[in-house]
Amino acid sequence: MEPVAIVGVGMTEVKRERAADTVADLVFEACTKALADSGMGIDDIDIVLTGSNDFFDGRTISSMAVMDACGSYDKNVSTVEGDGTFGAAHAVMRVLAGWGTCLYCVHHKGSESVMPLITNAMFDPLYERFLGIEAVTASALQARAYMDRYGVTEQQCAAVSVKNHGNARLNPVAQMPLEITVDDVMASPYLADPIKLLDCGPISDGASAVVIASADRAKDVSGRPVWVKGIGYSCDAFHLGDRDLSKVDALQAAAKKAYGDAGITDPSGQVDLAEVNDAFSYMELMSLEGLGFCERGGAGALTESGATALGGKLPVNASGGCISSNPVLVTGLNSIIECVLQVRGDAGDHQVEGVGTAVAQGVNGPCGQSQCVWVLGGDA
Amino acid sequence: MADDKKRMYLAIESGESAQPFRWSAGTYGSKFLTEIRDNKKFWGIKCPECGRVYVPIRSVCGPCYREMTELVPVSDEGTLITFSVVSFGFVDPSTGLQRPVPYGYAVIQLDGADSYLIHFIDETDPEKMKAGMRVRAVFEEDGKRTGSMMDIKHFELIRE
Repeated sequence: MEPVAIVGVGMTEVKRERAADTVADLVFEACTKALADSGMGIDDIDIVLTGSNDFFDGRTISSMAVMDACGSYDKNVSTVEGDGTFGAAHAVMRVLAGWGTCLYCVHHKGSESVMPLITNAMFDPLYERFLGIEAVTASALQARAYMDRYGVTEQQCAAVSVKNHGNARLNPVAQMPLEITVDDVMASPYLADPIKLLDCGPISDGASAVVIASADRAKDVSGRPVWVKGIGYSCDAFHLGDRDLSKVDALQAAAKKAYGDAGITDPSGQVDLAEVNDAFSYMELMSLEGLGFCERGGAGALTESGATALGGKLPVNASGGCISSNPVLVTGLNSIIECVLQVRGDAGDHQVEGVGTAVAQGVNGPCGQSQCVWVLGGDA
Repeated sequence: MADDKKRMYLAIESGESAQPFRWSAGTYGSKFLTEIRDNKKFWGIKCPECGRVYVPIRSVCGPCYREMTELVPVSDEGTLITFSVVSFGFVDPSTGLQRPVPYGYAVIQLDGADSYLIHFIDETDPEKMKAGMRVRAVFEEDGKRTGSMMDIKHFELIRE
């Protein structure tokens, strides 16, 4: 893949409700920060890409509501409805097309709607929606299928929540820094067994933005560019009933493609840090297995061993993850941004020593239907 | 609304206005739902390439990307693949009413089908369910079925 770099990043603080800010305000804050980080002004930007979801926003063509806030006037503009990892992949494509430098921003205000109604509406209206099934309950079916198949315990899932909420204490933009124990997670109420309250990411408001540039342009920027070494994506069946929910086929396929681009043959040996989807605690375990960091069914024990903790061999979700800050769609871009900051050495209190190569994962659709994997590194 | 008077930052409510939709069931969806309504029977559709039988019936096998036309009958009994007992209250979008908690969800493989169906199960103790258990559909009584998935009240564990 031709060298393309992320040359600027910006994140708003993620909160349960950002009542002082409209979606456009959040986008403006994120874009302003990303431009400042890159050392560029809006006049240096050729392409503007936005990410949003009409149902979450309660607006038809919701992307249009933020066009002023992202400086899109007279620019090459497009929108991507899905998670930030997918939108940022489109930004990379537009840069690779030779159309210039791209500002990509994505926003989410979970506080403005009723979350179970919105996530219920992603299911088929003929065959599934009437059940009232939504993100938590669909994930509970997946968690049960996965845990039964591999003998993964609720305590192992709880260990993910403990670790990531703990990491969030070191991240100033994280929403839910918590000092909790496995017993606390186990004692929290069941929402849909085996998922308990502290196994779930919160409802969140936030926005993020990145500036993506070709190698030529990246040379001129003030910040240290972080290079896109590989991107892969893959999609599984829409109907939950068409999938074996315990499998991670789409993630394995996406990882294979991204690792192929990046020359990674031994993920555990070559990757220094991973930011993966942990909107529900069990998902981090499935993500680690799908990304090839351990055998299927092995991620629970890997987590309990401390290998994925901040001081471990492969720190996972050093940012605190989506379980601590969950602005849907923004989460994938935040995973990429965390990798960028870690590779640059700019992650502050949760900086991991010597991150040369980092992996970010994002998902779209129920129970990880569609998967996107990024490999980022410090050298072109 | 009253709360907003005390709040520094205001918000505009959408109110009770609805956005009604009318989703076509299509040829196959109509067949599938009509057979449940009129005959309490399930139908699947078979891929000419891989031989997988899909429930509910639809026209395309995703993995093979082949059009399917061969309808095959499938049983109203099957196997429990996985399940969850839901404990949090949630307003049912189709009725506007909150379903009494707890209630059970099940992923079910009907005999003769390769794909799974998701529906309610009449058991609310997760300790009493196990993957592999046998289940059967319980239909809404005659005269009350309308041609929707709600014509199946729920699935029940076959206790022998």
